[in-house]
Amino acid sequence: MRLDDLKRVNLAREGRRPVAVVTPLDGSAGRVVLADEAAGDPLADELAARFASGKSGRVSTAAGDVFVRVHNPSPRLTIIGAVHVTQVLAPMAIAAGFDVTIVDPRTAFATEERFGSFNLVAEWPDAELLGLDPQTAVATLTHDPKIDDPALMAALDAGCFYVGALGSRKTHGKRVDRLTAAGYGPDAIDRIHAPIGLNIGAATPAEIAVSVLAEIIAVLRAPPARTTARVSEKTAA
Amino acid sequence: MTEDDPLEVAARWREEGRKVAIATVVDTWGSAPRPVGSHLVIDGEGAFEGSVSGGCVEGAVVAEAAEIAAGAPPRLLEFGVADETAWEVGLSCGGTIRIYVEPLEAAA
Repeated sequence: MRLDDLKRVNLAREGRRPVAVVTPLDGSAGRVVLADEAAGDPLADELAARFASGKSGRVSTAAGDVFVRVHNPSPRLTIIGAVHVTQVLAPMAIAAGFDVTIVDPRTAFATEERFGSFNLVAEWPDAELLGLDPQTAVATLTHDPKIDDPALMAALDAGCFYVGALGSRKTHGKRVDRLTAAGYGPDAIDRIHAPIGLNIGAATPAEIAVSVLAEIIAVLRAPPARTTARVSEKTAA
Repeated sequence: MTEDDPLEVAARWREEGRKVAIATVVDTWGSAPRPVGSHLVIDGEGAFEGSVSGGCVEGAVVAEAAEIAAGAPPRLLEFGVADETAWEVGLSCGGTIRIYVEPLEAAA
């Protein structure tokens, strides 16, 4: 690989643009293909399928085997609440490969001192500000419905792959009532993981952060069939 | 992206004038520890970042990569339990992996 090609790849990754590297395994020169430009590539169909699945792999061509390395943008995690759990969750999620944003309109919480090294937004979490998409996970951690609810609604509307809300079953019961009153049906509300996190008996903020991140990864990596099974189980119950 | 992202590290090292090779997992069979597409980048001095296994074959890859960084042609390496050197550099998990190692060349 040539350095200028590698720099193009790194620039695309930094800009969250899907990019692939096609490397002939006979040692001849490879090429860098941005997803936007893949339609004009000799391997257009193969590349389209690989950008869709996110899977890298070896491809046989008339000219010999090539390796296609797909770089799709990292999943994102938007955390609502610059709270104690967030101080542990944010760095762990970054280490696990997520692009992390922390949102909290309460300036007493969202301080440079506590979160200076993270992407921190001290604003109300409305849909436009959050800019959510299906590659984003949202975890609401403030315990304050005024802040959490708008973010949950935005996350459900945007089809975020994971939506989790901190709070007890009782708290969640009240939340379900509010969301129902706001026009959300049971299917949408069932997509919220609440109480948030895998049940590992987490007792401290750090342990809660571990359980939340583990749950997000479990949903991210679950094969589609398993997700469907879980959804239908929930519907049946 | 984190500062220790292997491909970022590779570009930075090359710009500093170091010789660099990039190793990439291109095939896996069985329970391979790192997925296809995982990168390990190595400089001419044997410094490395990233991983292509759980640590079982990195040493062997680093040794091969040093030659490739220095100008030897790219190479496709295979490691598995069936390999006669398995005791030294095989995968304890019982999988097989193929790793492509290529030099990072300066811009043409």
